[in-house]
Amino acid sequence: MIDWVSNIGHSTMLQVRSLGRASLILMQALLGRSNTGVSWRLTVDQIHSVGVLSLSIIVVSGLFIGMVLGLQGYTILKDYGSEQALGQMVALSLTRELGPVVTALLFAGRAGSALTAEIGLMKATEQLASLEMIGVDPLRRVIAPRFWAGVISLPILSLIFVSVGCLGGALVGVSLLGVDSGSFWTNMQASVNFYGDVCNGIIKSVVFAVVVTWISVYQGYDLTPTSAGIAIATTKTVVYASLAILGLDFLLTAIMFGEI
Amino acid sequence: MYSRHLELSVGTFIVLGFICLAFLALEVSGLNPNGDSGTYRLSARFDNAAGLTGRAKVSAAGVIVGRVISIRYDEETASAMVDMEISQIFQKFSKDTSASILTSGLLGEKYVGLIAGGELSNLADGDIIYDTQSAIVLEELIGKLLLNIGGKK
Repeated sequence: MIDWVSNIGHSTMLQVRSLGRASLILMQALLGRSNTGVSWRLTVDQIHSVGVLSLSIIVVSGLFIGMVLGLQGYTILKDYGSEQALGQMVALSLTRELGPVVTALLFAGRAGSALTAEIGLMKATEQLASLEMIGVDPLRRVIAPRFWAGVISLPILSLIFVSVGCLGGALVGVSLLGVDSGSFWTNMQASVNFYGDVCNGIIKSVVFAVVVTWISVYQGYDLTPTSAGIAIATTKTVVYASLAILGLDFLLTAIMFGEI
Repeated sequence: MYSRHLELSVGTFIVLGFICLAFLALEVSGLNPNGDSGTYRLSARFDNAAGLTGRAKVSAAGVIVGRVISIRYDEETASAMVDMEISQIFQKFSKDTSASILTSGLLGEKYVGLIAGGELSNLADGDIIYDTQSAIVLEELIGKLLLNIGGKK
């Protein structure tokens, strides 16, 4: 019994300690003194590998999710004779929920895991230690550019996802199923509010970006430097990031759109 | 040394993001950059505003001229006050304009229809329309119909 209680205490302390370490790493990476100058070049480099290379998966899944929404929405709305509301349905579900959430989930799988593995391998091969030896702070040099790249890239990817999704919905709804294109777009424009829907979607994806990238770089920086450690940390990144995205999404939706 | 190809692709990526933002703003949400020249406020007092929601359309002769901002219960007159913002472009609603709550289609959304009258002076910011026709509540209508059928026997 006493063992059981002390186990709870032990694991709670571990959790709190790792949260504290994650916060310290982030603070040090973003605010710490740099002796190598501001590394915008490194950030651009990372935006390429984190953002630009994720484009293909984002565009393809955005297109198909938009098309599926168009197809499913059409068959349901047709029963009530209100196919014109298809544009509204596709655009609202994409801007409010699916855009930010699915993009962040894909991003965690595509870019977050890569970040963790890359930083982890740097640690395992003692590149981070060598950087410290020559007097370069690895947090400023390695962690900070990756963090900023993630925070900049994910909202842009989410915007691209939503746009492509709306076009995909229009492709299926208007071109294939024959919803009138005028009522499709005007219904969409009448119901989607730029500040209420699009801007809130962007805010959501900025929050997801910070959380996902933070988890990725922390898991990479903090892992046990062995091959098994890298595998565990990469898995943890994807699992924790996905759970954090879905949990935070409920919270943000309740604050933004809900009347709780 | 620094790869030009890489800079180019990142630049394209950022520009693509802005293009998508513009697409979402203009095409999807119908944000009109120069159309918001300002609005003025009119209110209408309805006996029953059932089914009307915030941001519902306000139309005159089928043209959308504004939106509903808020619907509140006025305790003194025991009726619903519907506040609407009307676009500045449409100034000439005469004092005897009447408002009614209409439904688009059988199951469609409720909206406010304005019918201009013939008086010369016009409604200004903050004025209240008293000449109104309330929302048709389907249940009441069916109830009356059943009562009528019952009475004829």
